[in-house]
Amino acid sequence: MTDDGGRKPVRYAGAAGVRRNLPFILAGGLLLLAMELWSGGSGVVSAAGILGLLILSALQPTRSGGANAKALSETPEGGRISAAELAAAINDPIYFLDEEGTVLYSNGAARDAFGPLAEGSAIQLKFRSPEMQVFLRDALKSKQTETSVDYVERIPMERVYRVSARAIGEGGRRFVLHFRDQSEARRIDRMRADFIANASHELRTPLASISGFIETLRGPARDDPKAQEQFLQIMHGQTRRMARLIDDLLTLSRIEAKPVGKPTEPVDLRPLVAGVCDTLRQVADEAGVNIEIEFPDGPFEVAGFRDELVQVFENLVSNACKYGRDGKRVVVQAKVEAGGEKSVTVTDFGPGIAEEHLPRLTERFYRADSGTGPSQQGTGLGLAIVKHILNRHGARLIIRSRPGEGSSFTVHFPAPEF
Amino acid sequence: MSSQHIRRSLDEDLRYITTQIAAMGGHAERMVEQSVEALTTGDEALARKIIQNDAVLDGLEREIGERAVEILARRQPMAGDLREIVGAIRISGDLERIGDLGKNIAKRSIIIGEVAQLRRLFVGFAALSDLAMEQLKAVLDAYAAQSVDRIASVRDRDREIDAKYTSLFREMLTCMMEDPANITPCTHLIFCAKNIERVGDHATNIAETVYHIMTGEQLPADRPKEDRSHVVGAASAGNGAEKPDRRS
Repeated sequence: MTDDGGRKPVRYAGAAGVRRNLPFILAGGLLLLAMELWSGGSGVVSAAGILGLLILSALQPTRSGGANAKALSETPEGGRISAAELAAAINDPIYFLDEEGTVLYSNGAARDAFGPLAEGSAIQLKFRSPEMQVFLRDALKSKQTETSVDYVERIPMERVYRVSARAIGEGGRRFVLHFRDQSEARRIDRMRADFIANASHELRTPLASISGFIETLRGPARDDPKAQEQFLQIMHGQTRRMARLIDDLLTLSRIEAKPVGKPTEPVDLRPLVAGVCDTLRQVADEAGVNIEIEFPDGPFEVAGFRDELVQVFENLVSNACKYGRDGKRVVVQAKVEAGGEKSVTVTDFGPGIAEEHLPRLTERFYRADSGTGPSQQGTGLGLAIVKHILNRHGARLIIRSRPGEGSSFTVHFPAPEF
Repeated sequence: MSSQHIRRSLDEDLRYITTQIAAMGGHAERMVEQSVEALTTGDEALARKIIQNDAVLDGLEREIGERAVEILARRQPMAGDLREIVGAIRISGDLERIGDLGKNIAKRSIIIGEVAQLRRLFVGFAALSDLAMEQLKAVLDAYAAQSVDRIASVRDRDREIDAKYTSLFREMLTCMMEDPANITPCTHLIFCAKNIERVGDHATNIAETVYHIMTGEQLPADRPKEDRSHVVGAASAGNGAEKPDRRS
């Protein structure tokens, strides 16, 4: 990957451009002034307009090599900026291409977003979707106008970009490809749709059951206090479940709507996990489970978002308490693995999980149990939330279980880079 | 003709072939992705579009094959260049098969239509196809980046696909036992799941080919194979039928 923008960096006209375009700037300025007078404005608009024109003409790429390049070097401020320098300072992915689509330069944002491309390889290799192929073919041929297209990447996380291509430099034989991230808007739309679909679907079952009991209470069970008490108990359970479901759905949606971006802040897991276990003390006591925490000496730091990591361990430890209550103990163990990776394992000694369920536990609403016993309380979203948060952290969740011996959930964090 | 000249046009040829492979890859990715979408949403129009689009992939494969043979005959490339040409032929074959699998899913999705009871199976389906698509994207990216760093991990992930497939298979057997009316759609779904699992296998093939192109060596021969659905008989699924609960 060359960093000097290929062989010839694109130059901007700078002061020379301003001089060259002086007549246009004056004319434009006059026009703005005229509009200003006509509309009776304050003068700010026209001043801004003239400034804009000046900047535009200064940024206009030089068309005829020699003379302007000379003029450039004359600028008193030494205002020579290579295109690569400019692109490196921009947070959107940018590629410079030749007319074949060979990548001459890519900025840091491009490498972060789309991974590395071999030096001198064709951009078409990386952006393979049929629309992008057509777009690139047409854009590299047209040379004149700016064109744009939407580019969607679904894997590993959905990202949506507005891509525009434009010829730059002399002769229109080089191109700049600019990606503008629009994932946020799309994610929020998606979140809304998903939330409504999931919520209505998942809330229907408990609602139906509650309305059934109400009917019974008003009809056959009208004069049966014993049955009434029992039904009210069940209805109470159902409403609590619905409340939890809404909480979980909201959490999941909120995490999904957050912008992509890996955490850089160091978080010490030692006090974090201890805090989580303290808040879960009551749950553990009710289940008759003893939580043991084993951390190596000193701080145990990973790059993370504190609140989200709290949620991860809350889910894992409370699951272990609920499902592993027969084992009487839950162990949370932190380790530094070979290669600097850090891992935290939550182990229970309960009945374990049958093998066929393991690959699917993190799917939404997937439940390995029969809907009886303690797990009846679950929403089927806990591990989906955990997995989603860990994806954001570049971390992995590994689940091991042996029926009859218990289960362990291990979170692997990549080696921190701070 | 100077050797410089020959060199340059061979490079052009190779470049042409690799960009065509990328275009094919893009089409194949899109076909699988859309076919699963057509299946899970019951979108018949989309399914018919996919079936038509398969011709594009077939055309590209033919073209790459012809061009590759022409290059072999005219330029007689050696070593890395030769591997690249032969590799391209193999990869285009795999991609064409992936397209066929996508087309097959699209066809079956039309037959299945919108069966509401099967909705709950679709979550697992989407997850399975995400895994396979991730694989395919990773190998095609490796081909673009000309790097073998992630190749081994692609192959390891094949295990995950196989495990997930086995689990889905079990779930569908259960579903059929619950209600004989589900047998027809579920049988089609099993084939669809198998197709997706096969996409993963083809991605693994491509990973091996890419590794060979880059290094000249075979990817160490530890190929995981974990389709355990053949050991899942009706009896064991029957036992499972009482246990798993998938609320819908």
